[in-house]
Amino acid sequence: MKSVAYSYGEELLSELDISISQGSFYFLTGPSGSGKTTFLKMCYGSLIPTSGKLSVFGKDSSVWSRDEIAYLRRKIGVVHQDCQFLDHLNVADNIALPIRVSARNSLSDSVNLKELLNWVGLSHRSKALPPELSGGERQRAALARAIIMSPDVILADEPTGNIDWEMSQRLIRLLIELNHMGKTVVIATHDLNLIRFTKASVQARVLRISNKTVQLAGSDL
Amino acid sequence: MASIKNILLPDRYVNQVVPTNGFTTLLTFFTSAAMAFLIVFSLAMSFAADRLAQSWSDSLANSATLRVSAPLADLESQTEAALNVLSNTKGIASYRLLKAEEQQALLEPWFGPKVPISNLPMPRLISIEEDENGYDRVGLRLRLAAEVPSAVLDDHTRWREPLVKAAYRIWFLGWLSIGLVFFIVISMMSVVTRAALSSNKKVIEVLRLVGATDQYIASAFVRKFAFRAFFGSMLGAFGASMTLFLLPSEADQTVILAGLRLEGFEWSWLIFVPLSFFVFTFLTARIASLSILRSLT
Repeated sequence: MKSVAYSYGEELLSELDISISQGSFYFLTGPSGSGKTTFLKMCYGSLIPTSGKLSVFGKDSSVWSRDEIAYLRRKIGVVHQDCQFLDHLNVADNIALPIRVSARNSLSDSVNLKELLNWVGLSHRSKALPPELSGGERQRAALARAIIMSPDVILADEPTGNIDWEMSQRLIRLLIELNHMGKTVVIATHDLNLIRFTKASVQARVLRISNKTVQLAGSDL
Repeated sequence: MASIKNILLPDRYVNQVVPTNGFTTLLTFFTSAAMAFLIVFSLAMSFAADRLAQSWSDSLANSATLRVSAPLADLESQTEAALNVLSNTKGIASYRLLKAEEQQALLEPWFGPKVPISNLPMPRLISIEEDENGYDRVGLRLRLAAEVPSAVLDDHTRWREPLVKAAYRIWFLGWLSIGLVFFIVISMMSVVTRAALSSNKKVIEVLRLVGATDQYIASAFVRKFAFRAFFGSMLGAFGASMTLFLLPSEADQTVILAGLRLEGFEWSWLIFVPLSFFVFTFLTARIASLSILRSLT
C-alpha cells in the first residue's frame, strides 16, 4: 500500500503505507470503527481504495476487473466474525464451496475435505446445517472454507469475537499452524490477550490503526 | 459458448447454491405453462387462417359463375346461347350447368330446406373452371354482352378478396399475439430475475466471498429459471395440444372454428415452443442477472 486512502463520503483511512511480506503474521488492532474491516476488505478486493496505490500479488487494484477480483479471492482466504454461510447447504458443502465455484468439478485435486474437517475438528458435524453449529464450530468451519483452496494469504476479521477463550485459543493455534506452513496471516482484533497468546508461539507483528492511518506498534503489547 | 455448456451439462452443485424455495421458481413455471398454452392456440389460429385463406384463394381463383337471368320464356334459349359461347372460349377447362337440386342446396342456408324453386323466377347458374392458361375475362364479357345480354359473369373477385384479406388479418393477429406473449415472457423473466437476485443477496455475498465470478452466480440463477420455463412451457404446450385434439370434429364445428388444429409439420411447434421458451428465458435471465450483479457491489 502506498498512500492508500478510503472514504465513505467522510475519509476513514488515509496515508496507508505498508507492505506485508509472504509468510508473515500480522495483527491489525484499533478501536471499533477505526477501519480494520475496511483495511481487510481493500486487501481482498471488496473495496477499492479511493486514492493511493494498492497492489496485491503484484497487481494494482486500479486495474482489477470483476473477474480478476474473483480470482484474487481464490488466493485469499477470508474469515469473518459473522461467518457467512449458505444456510441451505451442510457444513461439508459450505466448506467445499470455493472449490466448486472455481473449478466446478470434482474435489480430487484439492485439499482432502475429510482431512480438513478432521483438522478443524468438525468431522462429526459435516452433515449439519450452519444454523445448527455453535459459535466456535462456525468459526472453524469458516476457517476450513478459507483454506480449502490452499490460499497464500488468510485474512481474519475478529475471528474470536463471538467465541469463548478456550475456543479462541484453539482457533488461533490453527492459524499459527497455517503460518508455519508458509501462509501469510492477518488478523483484525482488539483482543490483546489473544495477541499476547499468539506472540508466545509465533513472531507476530502488530499494526495499530489510529488517526486514520496504520502504524507498526511497539513491543508494549 | 462455455456458459451454454454449463447450462446444459449436469452440475448438481451449481443447482444447489441457490435455494429452490421461493415464489420466483413457481411463478416462472406456471406463467410459462400459461403462456405456452396461449402460444400454441395462437399458432393453431394462425395456421387455420392461413389454410383458410389459401384454400379460398386456390379454389376460387380458377373458377367463375355465369348467371343467366332472363324471362322464363327466354331462359332456356339464353342458357343454350351462353353454353355455346363458353364452348367456343379458349382457356376454359370445363363448365357445367348447375342442377335444380344444387341451386336449392345453395339457397338452403337462407331459406331453409325444400325451397320450391321451380315456382320461383330463378336464374340459371353455370359453373366455370378455367385451365392453367386462363381465359380472357374482358373478351368473354364483351361476347356475352353481345350474344347473351341476360348473362352476368362473376369471377368471385368481389367477395373473394375481402375473405382472403380477412383470413390473412387473422393470420397476422395470431403471430402478433405470439410476439406479444414472448414480450410478456421476457418482461416477466426480467422482473423475476431481479426479484430472485434481490431476495438472495446473502447467497450472492457468500459466493463472491469465496471467489465466484459473476458468470458463475448468474448461471446458478439462469439455469434454474431456464429449466423451470422449459418444463412449464412443455406442460402448457401439451395442455394446448390436448385441448386442440379434443375440440369437436370439423363437421360439428361452426364456421369460425373450422380447421382450428395443427397439421403435419405444424405439430413440430410443440417442440419448438418449449425450446424457444428455454432460449428466451436463458438469454433474458442471463442478461438481466449479469446487469444486476454488475450493479451490486
